[in-house]
Amino acid sequence: MSAAAAPRPVIELTGVTKTYGTGDTVVHAVAGVDLVVERGDYVAVMGASGSGKSTLMNIIGCLDAPTRGRYRLDGVDVRRRAEATLSRIRNRKIGFIFQNFNLIPRTSALRNVELPLAYAGIGAADRRERALEALARVGLTDRAGHLPSQLSGGQQQRVAVARAIVTNPVLLLADEPTGALDSHSTEDVLALFDQLSLAGRTLVVITHEADVARRAKRIVRMRDGLILSDERVAPLAGEPVGPRAQAELAS
Amino acid sequence: MNIGESTRFAVQGVTSNKMRSALTTLGILIGVAAVIILVAVGTGSSKAVADSISRLGSNTLTVSSSSTTGGGRGGPRQPAVGGAGATASPNSGTKTRANQLTMADAQALTDKAAAPDVLGVAPVVSASSVTATYSGASHSVGTFTGSTSTYLLIDNDTVATGSPFTDTDYSEHRRVALLGVTVAKDLAGGDGTSIVGKTVAFNGKQFTVLGILTAKGSTGPQDQDDRVVAPATAVQDTLAGYGSLSSISVKAASSSTTSAAQSEVEAILDGRHHVTAADRDYSVFNSAALLSAATSSNATFTVLLGAVAAISLLVGGIGVMNIMLVTVTERTREIGIRKAIGAGKGDIVSQFLLEAVMLSLFGGIVGVVAGLIGSRFTIVGVQPVVAPYSVVLAFGVAIAVGLFFGLYPANRAATLRPIDALRHE
Repeated sequence: MSAAAAPRPVIELTGVTKTYGTGDTVVHAVAGVDLVVERGDYVAVMGASGSGKSTLMNIIGCLDAPTRGRYRLDGVDVRRRAEATLSRIRNRKIGFIFQNFNLIPRTSALRNVELPLAYAGIGAADRRERALEALARVGLTDRAGHLPSQLSGGQQQRVAVARAIVTNPVLLLADEPTGALDSHSTEDVLALFDQLSLAGRTLVVITHEADVARRAKRIVRMRDGLILSDERVAPLAGEPVGPRAQAELAS
Repeated sequence: MNIGESTRFAVQGVTSNKMRSALTTLGILIGVAAVIILVAVGTGSSKAVADSISRLGSNTLTVSSSSTTGGGRGGPRQPAVGGAGATASPNSGTKTRANQLTMADAQALTDKAAAPDVLGVAPVVSASSVTATYSGASHSVGTFTGSTSTYLLIDNDTVATGSPFTDTDYSEHRRVALLGVTVAKDLAGGDGTSIVGKTVAFNGKQFTVLGILTAKGSTGPQDQDDRVVAPATAVQDTLAGYGSLSSISVKAASSSTTSAAQSEVEAILDGRHHVTAADRDYSVFNSAALLSAATSSNATFTVLLGAVAAISLLVGGIGVMNIMLVTVTERTREIGIRKAIGAGKGDIVSQFLLEAVMLSLFGGIVGVVAGLIGSRFTIVGVQPVVAPYSVVLAFGVAIAVGLFFGLYPANRAATLRPIDALRHE
């Protein structure tokens, strides 16, 4: 993936707002956000609950439409798209990683990873090969046949990561990916993110944990639906902070 | 996404809660089986009635005197039918005993010009309270019929053992007889065939047994094989006397001409008896008309039974809808995940619709099997006859019910917004 060479940004938000309710009871969940995320970046969006970061994530993930403003994902304006188009965009361009893993129950890890490919209309043999490849990337080849209920939380989240990367999306979108994990599993998942970033993937991680945010190349802080600060921690083209931080910790 | 993939998801959905799927399926199963069995009972009872009517003889008209005054047995009248004297004067005796059927009446009906749709005519004389004795055994004969050889054709009779009597036996007044199976068995024991060629006494009159009639079986309490058929001439000579005929059996050329034949018979007899439709002194019994009346009343009965069964199928369908709504609610989160990772509306609809159809399909298949097995048993005295249309219909309706009642829950699942669905716990 020679993503750094790509000219257009992955995410381009211009004056995006999201309001709920009308009149006196109107709530501005997102009150006018401009944000550009370049290809290969690793961005952490931080904020307390109620800061609008979840709403922003839903908009970025094409799960919700902004009330006002423009949103280009990979150069494509996704405002006012039909539901069918949005589901195709989610399928092709975005890999979701959720706090509570959101694997389909009673369905093997391999089948879960295959699912986005199935919805993309890819043939069974090809699908299986790519899903096994993705599971190998997260180090769970030997768990391919296991059901979610037979996997630990960390393993389930790694399956979810495999499912997110299997379609080669331009954006990996993680919503509190370590919120339900113990510290050991958290480290496993964050190390995986480091690897993915190193491989040139674009990651946006929504979190309220400073430890998690510190691993990113760029930290965006939100409050009351607005961006409070936008801090570059590591150069866009460089390595993620994670391995270096670990090295520092070890020394 | 292809249909195979949707099918796999649906199978997964159905098998993930086996008990619930089985109970839902049971509703459809009972509905389908009920439709098949109840329609089969209706059809079976129609068939039973039709069979007993057709045993009376197909395409047959029976002309009987409707007079209440007893027929005189006096007067030596020569029977004309089948004999050489076919030109017997048409009106002889009919004026004095206008309300009786005579051999001349029977003869008149054989006129091909006046009655082109009549295939055969047989005068019937019957003797009552006849007791047969044979080498020590005796048997009270249920029906003792005297007629011509044509009678066997009209009554759909064949001779199982031995041979039928002929026109010569008739014209020569030969004392020969054909026995019903019941009579033969009762007199001779065993299968009764040993009696063929032997002489049996009927009320003391000796008749030679020519053969045994093929068994007809019984309708209800009446044994149709408890009977004797002999030439009418011999019966008149010995047992019945030379009075009027008890009836005239007429066979129409085909089932479609039975009504035409009836009109022709009535026209001829009205002329001969000098009566009109209003004051007719005889009646014509048309088995085809009776059959169609019985058939139409049975059809109503079958429709009613089918309608009751169809309601249970509908209830089964509502059960499918109910369970699918529960399933959709239960799996809201799963729907959210699927939509988030790229499932389109069509993917979700087809998954849940297939799940509903699968429940009703399985219920339909097992219901058809149960219906076919259930129809093998006699139900309230009726041997059910499976109507192929009911199987196709019940099965088709079961699938349609699955589709119809699955559509709403499936659509509801597909229109869920992914963020709402994902937030659902």
